[in-house]
Amino acid sequence: MNLVAHLPILPVVVPLISAPIAVLSRRGSVAFVLATTASWAALALAVALWVQVGAEGTISYAIGNWPPPWGIEYRIDTLSAFVLVLVSGVAAIILPYCRRSIEAELPREQHYLFYAMFGLCLAGLLGIVATGDAFNIFVFVEISALASYALIALGRDRRALVASYQYLIMGTIGATFLVIGIGLLYLMTGTLNLADMRQRLADVSDMRPVLTALAFITAGMSLKLALFPLHQWLPNAYSHAPSAVSAFLAGTATKVSVYVLLRFYYSVFGAGLVSDLGLREVLLVLSLAAMFAASALAIFQTDLKKLLAYSSVAQIGYITLGLSFESVAGLTASIVHLFNHGITKAGLFMLVGGAVLVMGGSDMSRLAGLGRAMPLTSFGIVLGGLSLIGVPGTAGFISKWSLIVAALERNQWWLVFAIALSSLLALAYVWRFVEAAYLREPAQPREGGREAPPSMLISAWILVAASIYFGLDSSLTLGSAMAGAQSLLGAAP
Amino acid sequence: MTAQQLILASLSLPAVAAACIGLAGRRPNLRESVTLAASSALLVAVLALAQAVLAGERPRLRLFEVMPGLEIAFEVEPLGLLFALVASGLWVVSSVYSIGYMRGNGEAHQTRFYACFALALAAAVAIAFSANAFTLFLFYEALTLVTYPLVTHHGDAEARRGGRIYLTVLIGTSIVLLLPALVFTWQAAGTTDFQPGGILRDKLDPIALAALLALYMFGIGKAALMPFHRWLPAAMVAPAPVSALLHAVAVVKAGVFSVVKVIVYLFGVDVLDNVSMQWLVAIAGFTIIAASVVALGADNLKRRLAYSTVSQLAYIVLAAALLAPLSIIGAVLHIASHALGKITLFFAAGSIYTAAHKTEVSQLDGIGRRMPWTMGAFAIGALSMIGLPPAAGFISKWYMLSGAMEQAHWAAVAVIIASTLLNAAYFLPIVYRAFFRPLAAGAAHVAHGEAPLPIVAALLITAAATLALFFLPEMPLALAREVIGAR
Amino acid sequence: MSQFGPFSYAITIFLMVAGLYIVIARNNLIKKLVGLSIFQTAVYLLYIVPGKLIGGTAPIVAEGYDTYSNPLPHVLILTAIVVGIATLALGLALVVRIHEAFGTIEEDDILREEHAPR
Repeated sequence: MNLVAHLPILPVVVPLISAPIAVLSRRGSVAFVLATTASWAALALAVALWVQVGAEGTISYAIGNWPPPWGIEYRIDTLSAFVLVLVSGVAAIILPYCRRSIEAELPREQHYLFYAMFGLCLAGLLGIVATGDAFNIFVFVEISALASYALIALGRDRRALVASYQYLIMGTIGATFLVIGIGLLYLMTGTLNLADMRQRLADVSDMRPVLTALAFITAGMSLKLALFPLHQWLPNAYSHAPSAVSAFLAGTATKVSVYVLLRFYYSVFGAGLVSDLGLREVLLVLSLAAMFAASALAIFQTDLKKLLAYSSVAQIGYITLGLSFESVAGLTASIVHLFNHGITKAGLFMLVGGAVLVMGGSDMSRLAGLGRAMPLTSFGIVLGGLSLIGVPGTAGFISKWSLIVAALERNQWWLVFAIALSSLLALAYVWRFVEAAYLREPAQPREGGREAPPSMLISAWILVAASIYFGLDSSLTLGSAMAGAQSLLGAAP
Repeated sequence: MTAQQLILASLSLPAVAAACIGLAGRRPNLRESVTLAASSALLVAVLALAQAVLAGERPRLRLFEVMPGLEIAFEVEPLGLLFALVASGLWVVSSVYSIGYMRGNGEAHQTRFYACFALALAAAVAIAFSANAFTLFLFYEALTLVTYPLVTHHGDAEARRGGRIYLTVLIGTSIVLLLPALVFTWQAAGTTDFQPGGILRDKLDPIALAALLALYMFGIGKAALMPFHRWLPAAMVAPAPVSALLHAVAVVKAGVFSVVKVIVYLFGVDVLDNVSMQWLVAIAGFTIIAASVVALGADNLKRRLAYSTVSQLAYIVLAAALLAPLSIIGAVLHIASHALGKITLFFAAGSIYTAAHKTEVSQLDGIGRRMPWTMGAFAIGALSMIGLPPAAGFISKWYMLSGAMEQAHWAAVAVIIASTLLNAAYFLPIVYRAFFRPLAAGAAHVAHGEAPLPIVAALLITAAATLALFFLPEMPLALAREVIGAR
Repeated sequence: MSQFGPFSYAITIFLMVAGLYIVIARNNLIKKLVGLSIFQTAVYLLYIVPGKLIGGTAPIVAEGYDTYSNPLPHVLILTAIVVGIATLALGLALVVRIHEAFGTIEEDDILREEHAPR
């Protein structure tokens, strides 16, 4: 069997297979090795795909040799390869972190189930990105979502159960909206293949069901990507989940949902339809609301994990703001922020997870004096926080710069200032941590100098270092984002 | 060493020093030796660069590209060199001073203090040598962040509040105003390189130019133009060496340096000739007068000095905004002369605090008799601030005044003269109190003499330098002339 | 296309909205799940109904049969049903755990209890 020919599907299949084997093994350590191997393999495969796409252009793969549009097609272009690398990369870096983190947070008999769920979630997320088939997207959305409900419910606190339940209800409604939209599209075009759908849409005379489909898909995915004000599930889910899960979902799940939205908007409907429905204005208003309201809410959180979760909602606002420009510059900003924020936020949640492990909680009052007690952890959080603000020299700055370029291109000066002002709110919430960690004395003195286990600290610092590196050399990220944006809009008539 | 290696050395020396200071944290003597060695080495490197620049060279160093067309690059030109010389030279002196001050007052977290201090210098030198506005912006923000731990050094509620104002104003102005200005410049000109004559010629209409200039002038919050001056008094919660080197020299001069750099190398003086600059002159003039009036009423010595700094910085902005060659020379010179004078004054304030634990002007009656060296140096610094010979401030003020007259800008002339009177009104009474009033009754029984030797030595050096710059202004003058393109 | 015409869509939409209403309006976690299931079932109808022709058979070429129903929606919905069952099962499992942890499955009570120490 020629494995290279099957490259597009392998990143999905490998973690998918690792999950049932992990369950059968019933051993935490075996499951850990399996999941880690699978995620690193997925990363290697994703990078291989990325290189191949860069060299040869879009790859199309027909599952079971059923040629599209009848069979299910896997379609990897520059954008999907980029997101595949992000998702598998974050997973590969988080898994070594999981071992100690999970040991501390979960009872031993649940370990192998955790890794199985992790594998399923990863497979689902990668599948969403790799596939070129609309219904397949729905199936993978549900696979990853079901796995993440279970993962969140594993949280130590009983509130994790409620958070997971709420996420289940909201997530299912979102996914069902998506499948309604896909169904309407199927009714109008008679195909499920995204590329084929786009061509056939041109011949559809009655556009009303198509616009309805667009509305359903937008609403459904907005729920999944936690666009303000559909974000209510997110803060609880992220703050009560096990640390490793928060980090993984924060870095990948919402980002993949953004990808789905991008895919439907520009590979299926086309820019014209999106504007016709007034979605640009809707997205603009909601993004601004997210940037300001969610940041303001973040400032008043007393729990660091919840603060970061609200910050995620705000940062998603930047991503959708870029989307609303509907220009190459805007989409570039969206895609590059999708990547930059993914790695930064995952790194931050990992570091906070380490702090929770040592200090016993993520409440600000508990974290007082963290700078002295865990210098490496808290310095990492500060660096990640600087990237959230968008201080030059961090990945967040590249995103902010691209976003301002996009706003200026449209001559929307007020938006430029809005973007800048909202980063001041980020400054405020990041500085709440800085003041707590460095300028407040701990409530009760404790023997300092105990850091999180090295495996956790190193994994987290890899992501923090990456968010600095990509702030100083953006050729890789910005270049890919720009190529992705061009391919998305280039396909437009 | 080639000039490029020298640039790299000047940038990395303080940064490496910061790392070494961190490692040597448990051995104070070693730690302080590192600081002294690094600061001296930095001064030598910058002096070596000065030779090259005075010989007409413009050494360049490109590091790497961050985004397409935006690279981190350095170029040593006269203006930057002057700023780097001032900053690195005074780092040596203030390191000596810091040792005396930090030990004399038994301050905590000294390792963090010295490390952040070194990092702040690294950022300041990088700002001085920036070859484009993007690089400048990057290190401008870095300077704010590394000085934050210094401002909040004491960690109490007051320090936290000061730190918040410091960050909010500085980061706020730079992100909300400076960053959009930068992106706009980049979009209009396709580059952010500093070039003689500017890069915006024929790129924008006068209204857009004026708007962009306003974004820059207010965006550079470190220049403390009103209404964005609040951070400077707030930063006075820091220990005296920080106020002295950073908030009289490195940070604030980074601000006015950026202002001059933007006006001369980004816009170009003759491009701005077609743009109305009256509003900027007016705001700078207002800042000069208003800050002087506030200083007049301030009883806290460091607060008075801070508002004096706000006013003196506005001189530089005013002189640059006049666009006359002579006034620009004055602006450049004032970067150096105000630095020397103001650091002397802050050193003196710290010295008084260390020896006598006094912070208010009203407590200083008769202190000159107990601390003659400190108050003598203070008097020289005060003369320089007022602009009287034989202190350095006289020369720069003379050039600014000549420039204003050359432009026949009588309002500016009036502002400069009025503020000179105000300066005299809030500085001379301190000197008078110190030397000619009897000792305050309550303080008489607290016996104290001069501050520790390193402190006194440091402030005597800067006082002497203030005088020396008056008698030997050739080198800074030569550099300043090159800024406006005259040899 | 279907012979039921708009009528079938009316049923679909009624079920959809009814399900969604139950999810939003009910306080009981199980009832919410019931609503969610109704909502999902409505989507099954949305797919299946247009694909079915009266008198249509499975698409197997054989003598005497020339009307075929579209098999694809059926297959898709088979998948969707599996997904729906999995969601329901997971949801119910969560409700069981919530009942163990909080002693109630009424949302109000849970939210009140959440902030109280265990």
